[in-house]
Amino acid sequence: MIVLLGVLVVVIGFATRRNPLLVVGVAGIVTGLLGGLSPREVLAAFGNGFASSRAVTIFAITLPVIGLLERHGLQEQARTLIGRFAKLTTGRFLALYLALRQVTAALGLVSVGGPAQTVRPLVAPMAEGAAERRHGPLPDKAREKIRSFSASADNVGLFFGEDVFLAVGSILLITGFVNTTYQTHLEPLHLALWAIPTAVCALAVHGWRLLRLDRQLEQEFGRGATAPGRDATEAAA
Amino acid sequence: MIKAEWFFWLVGAVFLVMAAQMLRDRTNPKRVGSAAFWGLIGAGFVYSSWVVEKRAPAEPLGVAVLTMAALAGFGFTGRGEVRTTSTEERVRSAARLGNRLFIPALTIPVVAMVCAVGVKELSIGGEPILQKGSETILGLGIGAVVALGVGMVLLRERRLSTPVHAGRSMLEAMGWAMLLPQLLATLGSIFSVAGVGTEVGELTTKALPEDSRYLAVIAYCVGMALFTMIMGNAFAAFPVMTAAIGWPVLVEQMNGDPAAVLAIGMLAGFCGTLATPMAANFNIVPAALLELKDQYGPIKAQLPTAAVLLGCNIVIMALVAF
Repeated sequence: MIVLLGVLVVVIGFATRRNPLLVVGVAGIVTGLLGGLSPREVLAAFGNGFASSRAVTIFAITLPVIGLLERHGLQEQARTLIGRFAKLTTGRFLALYLALRQVTAALGLVSVGGPAQTVRPLVAPMAEGAAERRHGPLPDKAREKIRSFSASADNVGLFFGEDVFLAVGSILLITGFVNTTYQTHLEPLHLALWAIPTAVCALAVHGWRLLRLDRQLEQEFGRGATAPGRDATEAAA
Repeated sequence: MIKAEWFFWLVGAVFLVMAAQMLRDRTNPKRVGSAAFWGLIGAGFVYSSWVVEKRAPAEPLGVAVLTMAALAGFGFTGRGEVRTTSTEERVRSAARLGNRLFIPALTIPVVAMVCAVGVKELSIGGEPILQKGSETILGLGIGAVVALGVGMVLLRERRLSTPVHAGRSMLEAMGWAMLLPQLLATLGSIFSVAGVGTEVGELTTKALPEDSRYLAVIAYCVGMALFTMIMGNAFAAFPVMTAAIGWPVLVEQMNGDPAAVLAIGMLAGFCGTLATPMAANFNIVPAALLELKDQYGPIKAQLPTAAVLLGCNIVIMALVAF
């Protein structure tokens, strides 16, 4: 039971907002020592862990290409391409982004989107713009809600799209861990196939919730924005 | 035969070159610490080859890993000025190149798929071209190298240092977050060596009635989600929960299909990632980037979806894995 203290270290570390690398390092040392490993064995565990999980970090090899393309306007071109859908409502636009994010992640293009690359400069402003066109100036709460859902579309699309691609970190982690621990041979392709049903569910569930966002915004905030106009016409009448 | 280790050396070499560039970058106030951090990762990537083959001790690498964690954890790493093009230059370039810009980006997944599905079967003189079992990793590497070539020709870029500088800027922007998944995977493996998985497994098997397949499926999926919420990352929860229930109970005892059990188990963990502030890079960082007053805004938007999808995963696993 005492080795479960390592889990406690992680919980306390994150709850007190220490740097995650430090938390994980300390939790590893504590758990290893409590689990009866000698200090040498703990160091060896960190070394072996790093060596066998290198596959998680190899996506760095794609950064020079993406960086080169961004220098030449990849993001601007993506903006132009998505700009053609500017007449969509907030919910439809975000649902479309969810689908796009999921498909591109499934193709392995996980770093094409992301909170810094697409959500802040592109997705959230377009989603807000669509809402403003419909409801007029947005109250702060509506703005927060739209931005939160923009971030959620990116996360859901990424998480439940990327596992359909073969060379993604989590698939490689599964095969790496299982094949070394249990002396078996799992193929990444089989794992990727079993990720498809959940990917379809994720698109349906979150897509439906994003589409409903339009009606929610209308009910919660729409009246506030249209009311002055109605008052004005009534006053004129 | 093209070996996976060659590719790891290439990645290590790229990190080392970038570390050398960082050391010379005077716009970075913490250039020495940054160079040390990325240099250690690069050297670790190469040294790991001998650790994996058990021809070198793993302890020095362990010291290096803890040093990296300390360097980044105590704030010794930083970033320099980004050398890049202006917005006007990019807009003009995008207008000129149009959708051709997407060609190199799409080259990576296409080549990776071709390697994983097609080249995998090819062999020269009885020896497979790509190392067996590593076709997908090699596909990603070959894809990235080919895409870089295609991109440089398409964009008429002559100097290799330009893309390396551009990639380095992205690396610096990600900072320590880049190492976290690998360290969390390490923590997961230490947890399993120390017997955390067995402890959790004993607790759950005591609580689970005999031969109850559906309860075991629920325990694995819900356990993955809960443990992911605690650890902040499904990668770290996976080895623990798999050692506890996934492999011994669902695969060995109940003859589940390992590929289905493990793939869907990981996705159940992702439902936990959607719901935890500890997955900082997905939930807290976006809230900060989007200047939200409520830092839990994204989590609140994701919670209902996470709950429904956890249920979906349980049903799918119960239906297809046995």
